[in-house]
Amino acid sequence: MTTLPKSTKKKLGLVIDLDICVGCQACATSCKEWNTGGYSAPLSDTDPYGADPHGAWLNRIHGFEVGDGESGQTVHFPRSCLHCETPACVTVCPTGASYKREEDGIVLVNPDTCIGCKLCSWACPYGAREYDENHGVMKKCTLCVDRIYNQHLAEEDRVPACVRACPTGARHFGDIGDPNSAVSKLVADRGGYDLMPEMGYKPVNKYLPPRARRDGSANNFQPAVEAPDPPGKDLATSFFAWADKMLSQ
Amino acid sequence: MHPAYSVIFFTTASGAGYGLLVWLAMASALGGFPPDWALGLIGLGLALALVTGGLLSSTAHLGRPERAWRAFSQWRSSWLSREGVLAVATYIPAAILGISWVFYEKFDGPVIIASLLVSVLALTTVYATGMIYASLPTIRAWNQPLTVAVYLTLAMATGGILFVFVLSFFAPLPTWAIALPLVAIIGAYFTKRFYWEAIDEAPRTLRPENATGLGHIGKVHHLEPPHAQANYVMREMGFKVARNHADKLRRLSAYLMFLVPIVCLLLLLMVSTFTAPLFALVAVLAMGIGVVIERWLFFAEAEHVVMLYYGADAA
Repeated sequence: MTTLPKSTKKKLGLVIDLDICVGCQACATSCKEWNTGGYSAPLSDTDPYGADPHGAWLNRIHGFEVGDGESGQTVHFPRSCLHCETPACVTVCPTGASYKREEDGIVLVNPDTCIGCKLCSWACPYGAREYDENHGVMKKCTLCVDRIYNQHLAEEDRVPACVRACPTGARHFGDIGDPNSAVSKLVADRGGYDLMPEMGYKPVNKYLPPRARRDGSANNFQPAVEAPDPPGKDLATSFFAWADKMLSQ
Repeated sequence: MHPAYSVIFFTTASGAGYGLLVWLAMASALGGFPPDWALGLIGLGLALALVTGGLLSSTAHLGRPERAWRAFSQWRSSWLSREGVLAVATYIPAAILGISWVFYEKFDGPVIIASLLVSVLALTTVYATGMIYASLPTIRAWNQPLTVAVYLTLAMATGGILFVFVLSFFAPLPTWAIALPLVAIIGAYFTKRFYWEAIDEAPRTLRPENATGLGHIGKVHHLEPPHAQANYVMREMGFKVARNHADKLRRLSAYLMFLVPIVCLLLLLMVSTFTAPLFALVAVLAMGIGVVIERWLFFAEAEHVVMLYYGADAA
């Protein structure tokens, strides 16, 4: 049913730390690897070895340049489904293939009933839904619903593949609806925010902003190594400096 | 937005078909002409053929057309589903009207109820089509109060010109059968004109700073795309037409949709019964091509907010 649940028991989602993401794409490749064999398999590619390779991925990592001059910085920006509380992608679905789970708030597409009309992708401001040309249905982040409850996996593996893969710990998974959860405390500590709240979709996933950088205008950089002594007070020092220079060529 | 030809053909053909249904049903209910079986057969036949052809073509853009029947289930929340349900529901009173008109040459008495139902359901179906687009907050050019009005008035205008065309084969055209479609076309012209003005003036309030939430640090600029080749999101949502092309196409479509049919209708007031179908046909063809261009532009000019993540400066 594409009408939304009044409330969900949990609000499972991701908290993404933009301060320490290095843009290595490990979460994206790990996501693709797991999900091409998971809930909504396959995640197929079109023309994979040809001139125009493209395909369905559930996680995309952009690079943005933020600010100008010395205060400018590069921010790596992972983008995937935010499992919104009021997602129009679900309510526009004509078949009921798209739904939001009452028990944990995960937004899913049933690949067996989706007709591939693509309207949900039009309704999503975050580009979270991609059409699988070969499968003829829409694909989206499942929050690794087939991992997080999987009793056959070791405890530490019961998190989304992207979270498990992240080498810097920039991705966190948990119940954002529970104010005492680790992710909720992280959001409170670091000022986690919603993407485009003006759209009114109430995203569950939160982004942690980059920490303030040291002021680049003040000359407060500490050199990594001691600078060599300035050359030549006496003749011997000058000679050895000259010799060193010549021999180094 | 990428203009899918199946959807353009669908909204053009079914819009005209539903419009023609309304004109025929209302004219018959009000006793505008005698219940000639041939007029019923050709008129209602053409309308239902356009509607059915449009609906079938709309399934061509589905990834899984064989599952299209599932789209009738979610009318509680989805305008697309409501459109499907209403489209099918319209066939029932249309069939009652058609059988009574063609086989019994009768469209008065209780059949008037079927005629009124046809009109209401046909217009509601077009309304639902418009709402599919108008209800999306992600696309500024569609999320406008006039979007639905454009679909409704253009359905009545295209249906009206078809109505004149069909009627011109049967009898000398009564003045009302030319004047009322003329009013519909002028109404559609003003609605579309105000719509174009509205989307040109609507502020593009969202920027990459909003999309990323990083505006408090400084200007946000897309540096590194996530993939080398365009993905589905960019192909579907990133289609854009050059501004000066759009202006030319707007003018061309307005001439074809409004100017040519209006001139033809005015000439129809003067010409003989024998040449009337020819003038009506010119009007039908011009308007058909004009609406196809207008629908193409409706997609091509629409910017989707997701492109802010892919280097768009505003949405």
